Amino acid sequence: MGLVLSILTDALAYGMVLFIISIGLSIMMGLMRVVNLAHGAFAMIGGYLASYAMRNLGVDYGVAILIAVLGAIAASVPFELLLYRRIYRNADPLIQVLMTIGITFFIIGIVNFVFGPTVKSIPLPAALNGPADLGFRMIPTHRLFVIACGVVTALGLWWLVEKTEFGIRLRAAVDNSGMADALGIRTEIVYGATFALAIGLGAFGGVVGAEILPIEPFYALRYMVTFLVVVSVGGAGSILGALSASMLLGLADTTGKYLAPEFGEFFFYLAVIVTVVLFPHGLLGKAHA
Amino acid sequence: MTELVLPHHAAGRRIPLIGEAAIALAFAAAGALGYFLFPDDLAFLTRLIGIAFLVLSLDLVTGYCGIATLGHAALFGGAAYAVGAACIRGISDPFALLAIGLCSGAVLGLVSGALISRFRGLPQLVLSIAIGQLVAGLANKLQWLTGGSDGLSGLEPGKVFGVFGFDMYSRTAFLLSFTVLAITFLLLRRVVNSPFGLMCRGIKDDSLRARMMGASIYPRFVIMYGIAGAVAGLGGALTAMSTGVVGLDSVSFERSAEVLVMLVLGGAGHLWGALIGSVIFMLFEHIVAAANPFHWMTLVGLLLILIVVFAPRGLIGPLTALCARLFSREKKT
Amino acid sequence: MSDLLEARHISFSFGGLQVTRDVSFKLAAGDRVALIGPNGAGKTTLVNLITGDIAPSEGRFFMSGEDITACSIPQRVRRGLVRSFQTTRLFANLTVADNVALAIMQRRGLTRRLLSRATDLPEVKAEWSEILGHLGLLGLASRKIVELAYGQQRLMELAIGLALRPKVLLLDEPAAGVPHDETPRILEAINRLPPDIAVLMIEHDMDLVFKFARRVMVLAAGRLIFEGSAAQVTADHEVRRAYLGSYADARRTA
Repeated sequence: MGLVLSILTDALAYGMVLFIISIGLSIMMGLMRVVNLAHGAFAMIGGYLASYAMRNLGVDYGVAILIAVLGAIAASVPFELLLYRRIYRNADPLIQVLMTIGITFFIIGIVNFVFGPTVKSIPLPAALNGPADLGFRMIPTHRLFVIACGVVTALGLWWLVEKTEFGIRLRAAVDNSGMADALGIRTEIVYGATFALAIGLGAFGGVVGAEILPIEPFYALRYMVTFLVVVSVGGAGSILGALSASMLLGLADTTGKYLAPEFGEFFFYLAVIVTVVLFPHGLLGKAHA
Repeated sequence: MTELVLPHHAAGRRIPLIGEAAIALAFAAAGALGYFLFPDDLAFLTRLIGIAFLVLSLDLVTGYCGIATLGHAALFGGAAYAVGAACIRGISDPFALLAIGLCSGAVLGLVSGALISRFRGLPQLVLSIAIGQLVAGLANKLQWLTGGSDGLSGLEPGKVFGVFGFDMYSRTAFLLSFTVLAITFLLLRRVVNSPFGLMCRGIKDDSLRARMMGASIYPRFVIMYGIAGAVAGLGGALTAMSTGVVGLDSVSFERSAEVLVMLVLGGAGHLWGALIGSVIFMLFEHIVAAANPFHWMTLVGLLLILIVVFAPRGLIGPLTALCARLFSREKKT
Repeated sequence: MSDLLEARHISFSFGGLQVTRDVSFKLAAGDRVALIGPNGAGKTTLVNLITGDIAPSEGRFFMSGEDITACSIPQRVRRGLVRSFQTTRLFANLTVADNVALAIMQRRGLTRRLLSRATDLPEVKAEWSEILGHLGLLGLASRKIVELAYGQQRLMELAIGLALRPKVLLLDEPAAGVPHDETPRILEAINRLPPDIAVLMIEHDMDLVFKFARRVMVLAAGRLIFEGSAAQVTADHEVRRAYLGSYADARRTA
């Protein structure tokens, strides 16, 4: 019983981290149809910035998150203007892959040059450190915090997409960019805003998830595949899809690590291969022509 | 570029095999140049040749069939492990080991091709990565076979033809690798210019058109993947034999990504492009990467971005244009 | 003798919308049939159904009496069912000669050859030279498709169709987008098609339709509303109302 509960909380927390980081990528791929392998690199920028802000500038955890999110978005702007715009929508997937891998390598090199090639810790505030008593069981407070962050992110995105003017434009542009153009919706601006949102979420996830996915020099490469897999399994552009895929993969990976640590990775990728072969457009995704 | 060497009205038809002979000569000259000018760097040149096999292999799949893959190192590394394991268990004849590499590469190619070429776009990319990671995971975990994170070391292949042993200056390894590369290149040149290869290029341009000609795409791509696997397997076998070690780096994601960079740098869809790309990249890496791996990553990233933006067809494009101009000038004078 | 191609009660719906409703027709050897209808009538959908690009919700297709409904696109092509595309679909990065040569080699089962050189097959070269010569494209043989003018690309669609030696040829607006002074070239090429094959042409240009077709089928809102000779079609009241009226209006305003 105890083991099951441990697996479930860890899986839930891990899944939520995957969700927060990957949902931005998923929205980008649904809307701009761009396979952005550099998504993890922007999450990594967020992690490095937060670590630097807390340890060298001595700011709070909350302020550090804000710095990380805004800093990552600011750092991403030149990439969006100069590079990503060229490859939105109908570009050859090979070109998208090459360019975004190039961006990943570039960011890894620069970030490690600036901040030094070591593992970066992001100290937790006292309130999140230590265990929380759920009455019947103690679990690390940080896990609860991450899960709460994931829930808030999911609800916030749902509200944004379903209830706001921006969401209407976003959905119109996803369904039919030509039509959206004709209706006077400036797709360029919608794309830009979506890109910023995606990067911001990535950086946010990178910081709050640092206890689970540690910020280290090759972060962007190490988890590149994992984030891509979440989107692929969930289906590009689907919030619910990304959420369920994150949970599923979080559960598969955590269970594997607890029960068969030797072959955890192996089963993870086997599961991915089977899922992709059975559901090439994702569990909840729509087929794009 | 192959099309320029053999246009429709080329002399190649009147004197059969003249194109092949010229290329064989060029290879022999380049090999002799490397052998006598850089006797101290033969180990590096041999490693370069091993990678060139992998880039040629990737070219068949990505350049000629349009399949985007980020898991190609699995074919190379898988074969290298097979050769290493066989060598440790007492099979030491170099040609037997080459055959093992070729066959295991081909099998890996057929299996991954059967999965990957069923899809396009994101599912295809994710599958290629997942297969690559699966092989890497197995290489790490099947300790009894692969040596785990230490890899296999101390491989001692026997003498080539029972005469030429693998020496510490890599002379034998270099000459053997170079010869195999030249033969492979000539054969591949045939393959890509064959009706089969031409149809692959057609499918890459417009798959519906090809189907409306009556061509089935899937079996063709699986076969091409098998050939690519065999080529990558040769590279893996030669690398394992010449270095005497097989490590996790040979199946890594970084390796897959790097060979893609090399291919695009040289020019996908051209066999010469694959060679040029691997030579330039490896030389560059040899000189720069030793200094600081992160500077190296920054440079590779920048290089990749610049290629995609300014020369999406690779360096072979401007090069062939130059050759064509020189060639036509010669004709006039 | 049995019909080369027969459609029996073909229906197709997409997302709750019935695009094709209970369409039946037959094509026999030597037929020259035009399929006309207003925009959105489902003409291209019908072609896609015939070629196997999409599967009908109901109904069956037969070739020479054999049920081909379950056959894939390549299988149908190998039986002699060939189409051209409304928007040109060619191998843009290959040469004109290679485009036609691929069709010929595929038909002859040569594209399985791995080690013979594609340019070394004299019988293939003889055949593409003849086809390109007929269409006046021989001088462009070593040009890449991307270097051709649009009218020449349309002719290439026909060249590939010819190279596949079809029994049934579906031409989807062969003159679409071609400058008006070049349409006679296209018509001439169509008139020179082998007399024993069945040709079904979708076309908007009524002049072309009347010059080409001995039989006309009219499709409106997914249903075949009329079938008859070209002369009958203009006389038929329903057709005029469904189609020719709006067409005539469009012409007047154009």
